[in-house]
Amino acid sequence: MGGSSWMGGAAPMAEITYREALNAAMCQEMDRDDSVFLLGEEVAEYDGAYKVSRGMLARYGDRRVVDSPISELGFAGLCVGAAMSGLRPICEFMTFNFSFLALDQVINSAAKMLYMTNGQVPIPMVFRGPTGAALQLSAQHSQACETYYVHAPGVKLVTPATPADAKGLLAAAIRDDDPVAVMEGELLYNVRGEVPDEEYVIPLGVADLKRAGDDVSIITHGKMVHVALQAARALAREEIEAEVLDLRSLRPLDVDAILASVAKTNRVVYLEEGWPFAGVGAQIVSLIQDEAFDDLDAPVLRVTQADVPMPYAKNLEQLAKPGVKAVVEACRKVLYMPGTIT
Amino acid sequence: MAQATQAPVKNGEAPAAGDDRDPAANRLHGFSREELHGLLADMLLYRRFEEKAEEAYAIGRIGGFCHLHIGQEGLAAGAIKPLRADDLVITAYREHTQAIAKGIPPRAVMAELYGRVGGCSGGRGGSMHLFDTTVGFYGGHGIVGGQIPLGAGLAWAIRYRGGDQVCVCFMGDAAVNQGAFLESLNMSAVWQLPVIYVVENNGYGMGTAFSRVSVTEMEVRSGAYGIPAHTVNGQDVLETYRFFEGLAERVRGGAGPQFVNAITYRFRGHSMSDPVSGTYRSKEEVEAHLQGEDPITILRDRLMDAGLLAQEELETIDAAARAASEDAADFADASPQPDPSTLYDHVYAEINPHGRLFLDGRGGSHG
Repeated sequence: MGGSSWMGGAAPMAEITYREALNAAMCQEMDRDDSVFLLGEEVAEYDGAYKVSRGMLARYGDRRVVDSPISELGFAGLCVGAAMSGLRPICEFMTFNFSFLALDQVINSAAKMLYMTNGQVPIPMVFRGPTGAALQLSAQHSQACETYYVHAPGVKLVTPATPADAKGLLAAAIRDDDPVAVMEGELLYNVRGEVPDEEYVIPLGVADLKRAGDDVSIITHGKMVHVALQAARALAREEIEAEVLDLRSLRPLDVDAILASVAKTNRVVYLEEGWPFAGVGAQIVSLIQDEAFDDLDAPVLRVTQADVPMPYAKNLEQLAKPGVKAVVEACRKVLYMPGTIT
Repeated sequence: MAQATQAPVKNGEAPAAGDDRDPAANRLHGFSREELHGLLADMLLYRRFEEKAEEAYAIGRIGGFCHLHIGQEGLAAGAIKPLRADDLVITAYREHTQAIAKGIPPRAVMAELYGRVGGCSGGRGGSMHLFDTTVGFYGGHGIVGGQIPLGAGLAWAIRYRGGDQVCVCFMGDAAVNQGAFLESLNMSAVWQLPVIYVVENNGYGMGTAFSRVSVTEMEVRSGAYGIPAHTVNGQDVLETYRFFEGLAERVRGGAGPQFVNAITYRFRGHSMSDPVSGTYRSKEEVEAHLQGEDPITILRDRLMDAGLLAQEELETIDAAARAASEDAADFADASPQPDPSTLYDHVYAEINPHGRLFLDGRGGSHG
């Protein structure tokens, strides 16, 4: 796994879970800034629906770690209003699937406020929670929500894939003066990895090369980084060296890193958890054909969720999710290799 | 001539503002002659300002949607003037006069309607998005009910910081059917936020009478959340002022969130594209309100009856209101359009040193 080169040196590290890394980031920022508070469903007494905020109520009290009613539109808007007044709310959605109830406040209030006030009212806040599918949670709890947020100018979006990225990106999101969505993953919360003990912040807009390779670029973000790495390992057995570029931040987008990878391998597969129509990958394909057309030796392919609502049945869910096999096949296709592996 | 006691007032907690004139002391309802003239001047300014905006819209100086507050001036003055300078106001899109009442100069409001750089939102907001945080005016929001959670959030921030300001959050009567209203009232009660929700109840959500979209009365809408309800006659600026003066102090003192049903009437259409009367309300209905419930004529007549306003004084006050409105329009006319180079300004507060924020190939210099 590519480390974050930002820290340099040999900072003390501990192996912790992604969940603990998010907790560490919130505590790091709440310790240094009283204007930061956490509000959402079950974040306080229950320790968080996914235990991300474990222990924070005891540490910071109910002024700063606040259980809300189940009112996504209301509490998201309340957090935006608090941010209008200069506070730095962390608004937790139990999942971003539930945030569709709150999208009026995300898009019409948070995203547009600074612009329509001519710069008078920044919205320095974070929306965070898991996005995408877990296991057999069915249609209404399995949707990847990146597109809805990244579509709106005024919003920033990061998708940490590793514990270290979770700590560094969430910390940066809290410090940022704009609304930043931090999209996590239910299946990531137990992932373990080395995370710097000390204050740790990863700048927004910097992709991370999680694996280097010369033959094909798998560009992806969030949970799919792990699928991409598995696919790369499978391809390596065929002596195909895939590189895995983790965008980490979809807005701002590290265009230079994308173009550098395209220039290096000349072949690209975009992997994402969401649907294909107007998905994140559609934007990336557009960008590459605009700015790196001459570097391409093959059309850019996308691997996405099947263009259907997520089914419950285990076998259908497996079919609908973008998996290692589909990524390997797409890579072989852009390499113009015949046949598929089984 | 207008009478002072027409509007249907129920459950009002404020004292009736009827017969407490005190000409010998030059006072009415506890207001000095100067204060009374001040309120009259405020409302006349709002009226003349809106008439000027109406005129400017008709000749194409103002575009888009434009919702006039004519008829509802008693609420702009009566609910906002008693507030402290550091109290906060947030509202919907019929807000020109509320913005002026909270302290945005008429010039800056008119220039915003014109879409000019001298506008209080730099020409980026327009009629529905007036902002000036230096006077505590937080917009200007265009989605019905969308400002209500934001108002709760402003009040949350007051409480979080241990301040003693109050937030006054206005909405139209139709907004109480939005989920945002219900959720915000509940949260405000749970957390005892220092917020006053004010329904400007003009009887219609656009062209739909409230009684057609609710089987309960407005007064009961906050009770389910444990928030006290009050009804006030918004056409009586003196009653309204005294009421909000007292209520703001109670909220400041920790009384928790409050809900005010302020009875008023809109003398113009919903927006500039809507006739004053027509399919949803009759000419007779509008005429009756114009005759009996104009907040400006109500105050004028009471002052004259009480010997606290001479005809010449009225003319002087009105001339000043007209002059200020003309001046605002002249200022707006002279103010330049926003520079095209600013198109991408203020989309983001922080331009991160890495990555690209704009993907249209045009905003490249910004990230």
